[in-house]
Amino acid sequence: MSESTFSADDFKPLPKGAAAEVITRPSMSYWQDAWRRLKENRRAIISLWIIIGLLAFTLIGPYLWTVDHAKQNVDKISERPFTSTEAVLTTPLQPWDIGNRGTPSDPLALAEPATTQTARLVWQAMPGASAYRIYRNIFPYEPGAGLGLPLGETLLPKDTYFEDRLDLQAKTYYYSVVGLDSQLRETAQVVTLEVPVTRVITLTEATERGLLSQASDGKLGEKIHLGTHPFGTDYLGRDLLARLMEGARVSLFIGIVAPFLFVLVGVAYGSIAGFLGGASDQVLMRFADFVVALPFLLFMILFKIAFGIGPGESGVMPMLLALVLLSWPSTARLVRGQILQIREEGYINAAQLLGANTSYLVLRHMIPNTLGVILVTLTFAVPSAIFTEAFLSFIGMGVAPPTPSWGSMCNEGIKTMLTSPHELIFPALFISVTVLAFNLLGDGLRDALDSRMRSRE
Amino acid sequence: MTENAPNTELDVQSAQDDFNRSAGLKLLWYALLAVIGLALLMVLLSWGSKKLGATSDSSPGIDATNNTISLILSQEPPQLDSTLATDMVSNMVLGHVMEGLLRYDENNALVPGIAERWDIRENGATFWIRDSARWSNGDPVTAADFVFAWRKSVDPANASEYAFILFPIKNAEAINTGKLPKEELGVRATDERTLEVTFERPIAFFDKLVAFSTFSPVQEAFYNQANGRYGADAETILYNGPFSISRWVHGAHLRLEKNPYYWDADRIKLDVIDFPYFTTDTNAALNLFKDGSIAYTGLNAENLQDALNRRWHLDRLQDGSVFFMEFNHREDRITRHRKLRKAMQLVFDPKELVYKVIKLPGFLPGESIFPVWLRGVDGYLRAEYPAPVWEVDIPRAQALLAEFKQEMGIDKIPPLMLLTGDNPASAKQSEYFQALYKQTLDLDIRIDKQIFKQRLAKMTSGEFDLVMAGWGPDFDDPLTFGDLFSSWNLNNRGRYANPEVDRWVRVAQESLDAKTRMDAFGKIQDLLFEDVALLPQYERGVVFVTDPRLHGMVRRAVGPDPDFTNAYIVEP
Amino acid sequence: MLSYTLKRLLQGVITVWFIATATFFAMHQVPGDPLTTDKAVPEDIRKNLEEKYGLDKPLFEQYTIFLSNITRGDFGISFTQKNRRVNDIIREQFPVSATLGILAIIFAALGGILWGALTALYRNKLPDIVIMFLVILGISVPSFVMAALGQMGLVSLNDTLGFSVLPVAGWGTVQHMLVPSLVLGLGTMAYLTRLMRSSMLEIVNADYVRTAKAKGLPASRIFTKHQLRNAVLPVITVLGPAIAAITTGGFVVESIFAIPGLGRFFVQAVQQLDYTVIMGTTVFYGAFLVFMVILVDLLYGFIDPRVRIS
Repeated sequence: MSESTFSADDFKPLPKGAAAEVITRPSMSYWQDAWRRLKENRRAIISLWIIIGLLAFTLIGPYLWTVDHAKQNVDKISERPFTSTEAVLTTPLQPWDIGNRGTPSDPLALAEPATTQTARLVWQAMPGASAYRIYRNIFPYEPGAGLGLPLGETLLPKDTYFEDRLDLQAKTYYYSVVGLDSQLRETAQVVTLEVPVTRVITLTEATERGLLSQASDGKLGEKIHLGTHPFGTDYLGRDLLARLMEGARVSLFIGIVAPFLFVLVGVAYGSIAGFLGGASDQVLMRFADFVVALPFLLFMILFKIAFGIGPGESGVMPMLLALVLLSWPSTARLVRGQILQIREEGYINAAQLLGANTSYLVLRHMIPNTLGVILVTLTFAVPSAIFTEAFLSFIGMGVAPPTPSWGSMCNEGIKTMLTSPHELIFPALFISVTVLAFNLLGDGLRDALDSRMRSRE
Repeated sequence: MTENAPNTELDVQSAQDDFNRSAGLKLLWYALLAVIGLALLMVLLSWGSKKLGATSDSSPGIDATNNTISLILSQEPPQLDSTLATDMVSNMVLGHVMEGLLRYDENNALVPGIAERWDIRENGATFWIRDSARWSNGDPVTAADFVFAWRKSVDPANASEYAFILFPIKNAEAINTGKLPKEELGVRATDERTLEVTFERPIAFFDKLVAFSTFSPVQEAFYNQANGRYGADAETILYNGPFSISRWVHGAHLRLEKNPYYWDADRIKLDVIDFPYFTTDTNAALNLFKDGSIAYTGLNAENLQDALNRRWHLDRLQDGSVFFMEFNHREDRITRHRKLRKAMQLVFDPKELVYKVIKLPGFLPGESIFPVWLRGVDGYLRAEYPAPVWEVDIPRAQALLAEFKQEMGIDKIPPLMLLTGDNPASAKQSEYFQALYKQTLDLDIRIDKQIFKQRLAKMTSGEFDLVMAGWGPDFDDPLTFGDLFSSWNLNNRGRYANPEVDRWVRVAQESLDAKTRMDAFGKIQDLLFEDVALLPQYERGVVFVTDPRLHGMVRRAVGPDPDFTNAYIVEP
Repeated sequence: MLSYTLKRLLQGVITVWFIATATFFAMHQVPGDPLTTDKAVPEDIRKNLEEKYGLDKPLFEQYTIFLSNITRGDFGISFTQKNRRVNDIIREQFPVSATLGILAIIFAALGGILWGALTALYRNKLPDIVIMFLVILGISVPSFVMAALGQMGLVSLNDTLGFSVLPVAGWGTVQHMLVPSLVLGLGTMAYLTRLMRSSMLEIVNADYVRTAKAKGLPASRIFTKHQLRNAVLPVITVLGPAIAAITTGGFVVESIFAIPGLGRFFVQAVQQLDYTVIMGTTVFYGAFLVFMVILVDLLYGFIDPRVRIS
């Protein structure tokens, strides 16, 4: 409601013969009007921009961030975002000449400086020990507390050495060697050692990873920068940003197209059933019940076989079809219920009396009035489609590795939630943002398209 | 707008606010009612489920006052009929409630069980059953109980998957394939306490075999009385081991209580071993352990860091299984060419897989089909017959592959199908292999992830080029691994056939001389390496944590694992 | 009313028969069978097994045997749990799933109606925005993450308090049920919240609401009798299938909280191709779903006099 001030001029009669009855403003169709109101809805516009952003991330992103999403780097597994690491250039690992290790002057010592390739420990034989167990800790030794990771045992009293190569990180470790008695039980004899580990990379590895243009460019002992990953890396050292961009293709496709299609099918089916009523309605709805009750997993396996999807081939299209075939009934039920309710409304009778035909009634009166619930169903189907895709891919029925998807990245991320949360947070964030955008858009659309809302303004 | 003009806008607004307020209050009132109703309903439901019995009234992980420990099971035992059991969990539970002729002690040495002594000859064996051995109903355990159980195990009508393990006994195989009646089995009770076994062929490790759960006794009268439901419920099993099942609520709860009729009951210190939780979820197990609800849990690479930060006392062991990539050697498969396999071997470093990808202590890089813990002539087999090793050599592999492509007259190797299961570990590893072969040899690997039965069906029909496979030991002898690649072994899914390997497998099966047999295993190891019949990946390990108050738990590669029969609680 | 109910029940039986038939033939098309085992079995022994379980007979004969068995209410013996009858599995495990499912759906329905009505009343104001945010979170985080987080929350709760308030896993008491059923119901609650909000907004300005206001009816009465009652209809429509979906789809929560429900057995059965358990649970769940739908339809007619059942 706008306010205006009136002047005396406003009350002058119009000159006779002027086109007083002509509509001066352009006539607006239903859709034009809806579009106008959608544009005025701030939330809807924000959501549109988010969706455009997501599409740009998916389609243009890979051209700007050209890292290969499938490229693994076992030295950078589960790296945090923006970790900047440097490594010292070194030679490939040489086997340890154990025979010439000599006896250390300390109870426990390093045979050579520890690197991320290897940590070689030697110790003085303990009296009475018939074997040794080696632990590696991230905390300094403290009596009573756990000694850390049990790396292994040496089974003979004379074997007073151990080589640790297990997932060595560039940090400080505290090694403990415990003497074992003849029953291989731990004795009170413990020696510990603080070991700083240097990150190293071999010349060949550096060249392979494109850090050096050729091996002769690097000098041994020199430090080189290993490159950063803005979103960190995953469980196989793959760049998370590149995987998110690649995964967006599958997830957005399935997450948007599948719900759209099955809601469409559901709306058509439900409105037919609701409008026809009677025996046809009964038959149609019993068929819907039938589809709901089919065991989902079993029929997904069957679809895969029926479509002849070979191993390792992408099954996005069959998966889409299967999702649509198995998911429409809930929407159909909902729409039918709404239509049954609306059918009895006065305006429907009025329209019928005015000679409106069936399709006009359904399309212009019934469906727009059920739009609210349809849009809710639609927006809620987005995350469930994304996660169904992930589940199906996990059991080998969706996209084949190494192609990622947000859902499957989430599934992997949940396992390492406590130690490297970024592997869960980033894909989950993208899914949430997508869902948010579609919910806001759904709200906006609902407000814009709802015929009853129009009369409020 | 002037001050005194009727403010319709505001009126509408405030009317709406009033409406909202009273509607909101009404809503609050409904919410309150709902909460009360819900609380009542929950009390009712919990009372109802108590009635139905599907509860797991749990005590803490360590309950010193009741001398009880609580533990988690990865799944419920499908059933506890020892003649039918196949899985690890059933085996573990059976190890607590049943005892065979021989058993493994706390140092994993074979000791007398129900049999007080035995004599194993070239063509047969005799076991003398101790007088004090009793069933949980007080009946004595007799030789006839063993005869009944063993006949049942090979009876084709019983359809036991583990029937093959009795095949060293005379006529077992013929009975199992329906050619002879089950009464023809080479085992009989000469009197109540003497069991006489005749062998089909000489066997060097029969003593180790009879410690396996399929060889446990079953009382015939009780079995028949259970009316086809033997082993399905706590009441339909007769126990002769250290514990008996006092409560078994399916899917929910299994409770073992000390068996007073057990002949060596003095050895058993715990009164109750309780399993109130069944789930495969490893995080759930960890959470239960953190909460003090269970006394022991396994750890995986994902939650290891959390365990370290809590400064728990961790332990580890090799669980005995060997994992490898098997090639398909069938005629129509490209993987039957040795050059391709060799190239694939030369770029793969099991150490990288274990140390960087799997990242769990206890795992060992794979070198051979024979794991390191197997015993040889005097010491360990692998110490006496070191496995041949290879060094990663990418240029040589690439040259070999180029040569191979030239020989075959092809520019590009067609994509190779890698068959794998739907568990997270094998999914991760197959992705590692996919990238490895793409990056080094430009080979396309297609990962064919299949759920359990479909994977087995494809393994059997040979629809793969490569398959991620594993093998766990059935008995403590290298032969449990050694005959895996013989041409007649049905578990040789890639149909690898090498007459030389077959010959040495026969030697190992038939000889009684330790040295000859170990030599044969050494030969098999060399031949499989030479032929690149498989790519050993790793020997599996487990990292676990136990409550510091729990002592005496035993873990082992062969036999019931973990074993709590000797466990006891020590209050700090 | 009675004849309508009877007619619906008869239709239900036919629907279940269709479900059973489709599943039976689909199941037999899937590669592998219950007799495929980890350890390979020689051909002769396999033949014995097939004979023992009647899997050597022509498929149609197997189907007729199956049909005649279920008409007698006998689902046979499980292949994986070799000495257990499928009837026993359902009888022992279903009440647990049902309890969990019913609690979850009640949480979801009450929460959904409450939050939905609240957001509609305070449209585009703070409560609406906050709840919208929570709803988005609720649906973009799948139930297994929720369950895992919920369980971790329980561990830290017990840890901080120093004694066990709520058990971390297991089943049997109210304390066991609370968190799993909440977690299981969250997704549906989020959905119902939005659905309720949407349908409330549609009738806020409906003619009968205006009329009621103009008549000067008290606000609480308009709200309850005219708004809530009408807006709740779409919620009820989806409840029937939602109950079935929650009861069958609870296996993730069941697995994480070590709850002895039927959902886990069903999923395992499909993976293990345990024919008898697949058929038993599918037929049972199918019947359950059909029954719920009938129940909801009857309820619908009860609440909405316009949709009188004929």
